[in-house]
Amino acid sequence: MILESIISWISVGVILAGVMLILAQHDWRFQLAGLALQYLGAFWLITRHLPYVIGSAKLVAGWMVVATLGMTHLNLPATLEKTPDQRRWFSLGLAGIATALAFGAAPQIENAIPGLGIPVIAGSLILFGAGLLQIGITSDITAVIVGLLGILLGFEVLYSAVENSVLVAGLLSVINLGLGLTGSYLLSIQNPIDRPEEENILQ
Amino acid sequence: MSAPLIWVILPAVAGIFIFIFMREDRTSAVFGGTVATVLSLAALTLPIDTALLIGSFSFKISASIEILGRSLVFSAADGAMLAIIYALAAIWFFGTEPLGISRRFVSLGFVIIALFIASVAVEPFLFAALFIQIAALLTVSLPTPEQHKPGRGILRFLIYQTLAMPFILFAGWMLTGVEASPGNLRLTLQAGVMLGLGFAFLLAVFPLYSWIPMLAEETQPYALAFLLWALSTFTVILALGFLDRYIWLRTSPQIAYAIQAAGAMVVVTSGFFAMFQKHLGRLMAYAAVLETGLLILALGMVSTDTVETVFLLLIPRGLELALWGLAVSMLRQVSPSLRFTDLQGIARDYPVAASAVIVAHLSTVGFPLLAGFPGRSIIWQQLAGQSIVLSAWVFAGTFGLLVAAIRTLAVFVMAPESKDWTLSENWVQMIMLGLGILAIFVIGVVPQVLQPLIADLPALFAHLGQ
Repeated sequence: MILESIISWISVGVILAGVMLILAQHDWRFQLAGLALQYLGAFWLITRHLPYVIGSAKLVAGWMVVATLGMTHLNLPATLEKTPDQRRWFSLGLAGIATALAFGAAPQIENAIPGLGIPVIAGSLILFGAGLLQIGITSDITAVIVGLLGILLGFEVLYSAVENSVLVAGLLSVINLGLGLTGSYLLSIQNPIDRPEEENILQ
Repeated sequence: MSAPLIWVILPAVAGIFIFIFMREDRTSAVFGGTVATVLSLAALTLPIDTALLIGSFSFKISASIEILGRSLVFSAADGAMLAIIYALAAIWFFGTEPLGISRRFVSLGFVIIALFIASVAVEPFLFAALFIQIAALLTVSLPTPEQHKPGRGILRFLIYQTLAMPFILFAGWMLTGVEASPGNLRLTLQAGVMLGLGFAFLLAVFPLYSWIPMLAEETQPYALAFLLWALSTFTVILALGFLDRYIWLRTSPQIAYAIQAAGAMVVVTSGFFAMFQKHLGRLMAYAAVLETGLLILALGMVSTDTVETVFLLLIPRGLELALWGLAVSMLRQVSPSLRFTDLQGIARDYPVAASAVIVAHLSTVGFPLLAGFPGRSIIWQQLAGQSIVLSAWVFAGTFGLLVAAIRTLAVFVMAPESKDWTLSENWVQMIMLGLGILAIFVIGVVPQVLQPLIADLPALFAHLGQ
């Protein structure tokens, strides 16, 4: 029991690391690495309430999304996007606020809906909050898709605690894959020569 | 043989078949339109879950199919709805022929409609949000032309649709708690807010409809019109399901007023913005948003007529948007852009397409003798009885759209007197547009033609129709 609790908190840490990587580094490689970490952390939290098989299926589906987006990027002209320092610190500051809010709200939600587990709620809220931040501060296709996948993952972590339908789990995996494929499609039709300047709210 | 197999799986297979095996646009349009027509007629004539005896041969279309422990279920009352949906789908698919986008459009369109139909049939009905989300993901590739960089509109659409699903699923879960303890006001309020947010994203309630006019500038108007028709139609059906299922949603006067206020807000703002538009695609987008506002209003005026009123708006909406999208897409092919400056005097060269735009626009306004009028007259009547203030606001919004129609007409005929009138559309285009205009007039003048389809629909939502 204690070991499970420790692993759950480690999973929240892994999710947090993924979130920080995504928000601090704007290059697609870091974004996808962060997303892969988020899926890994979410896997353990999902298995607190769902069987390992379903959790594993979600992990595999998530990593397939990461692979799909990665393969698409590899076929695009190589770019290495350097993140400006102001933007990095600004994003990390926002992520810190989102994390503080998540840890603050988690006990209250646990009181309202007992049995979910504080690590599950905290992990879910961090993913959801960071995803919202991500889609709010950029219009880059990869970043938006990663943000949306983060939001979905946060929702899946919490929803797995209240709904154990296999059909729902399957459809959510299909939606994850669909979102990844949609991102790949949008990236592939984007003219690489006229690629828009990265939108930066600090500029 | 089961109903979900015929009206969900078969259309999806037809879509995949068209994508893989059909190379020509014309064949795809004719095949797709014919299959959709056959499905519509089958829904109209074959009773679901009732034994049929033809000579010595007896058969029954079973109502459900089980997938991963959950069911797709159609009731006998679903026949009319399926007939309406596939009849409108047939119109959309035939309409692609003059535009040369049939193969991609029809194949994707079939799969999208199959998913939307599955959203109506899935049990528990809350899971409809998942099917709607998958269909929304597919629609992304419908209006995004290849070799063009995707704009902000499509990303915003993707964001809003994706955000809607978690809210609706969570609201659904909370609503089961509300059912268990109806006195828990806090939980009721939380569930209501969640549900409201989910539907606000899905139905693009003000200010969340910004993606629609953006997309109208970025993409093929016909595909956008289809997206707006399909998404709002099935979202409204899902909303009707919620109203039917949860008694407190349809009996609470506060919730009814909130829904009405949201609808009026959408009508007013979209009508106001439409008045100042100088882009034909954006104008169509704002008109579609205004119609969504009217649908929300109809949902808010919960009565025994709600289901009929909603479908009396949805059927003309499908026709109007198809005609409008087709005509605007044709004009886009012959004009440098859809800006008013590029469309001045275009009615002299393309009178049928220009007429189609004006007729569809006026029908959306609710002009008498056009298809949009009967549904709107019911809404006006009911709304005036409930709130004069809301009626005034809705009138103001509709007036804005009327001003936009007059401006469009002025732009279309703004040509030197010396310029001759010519018919530049080809015969296929003229037939399609002519039939669309005729259908809008027929429904406007003789709305009773829809009665056989609409009469059985209240049975779909047993509590709401009582």
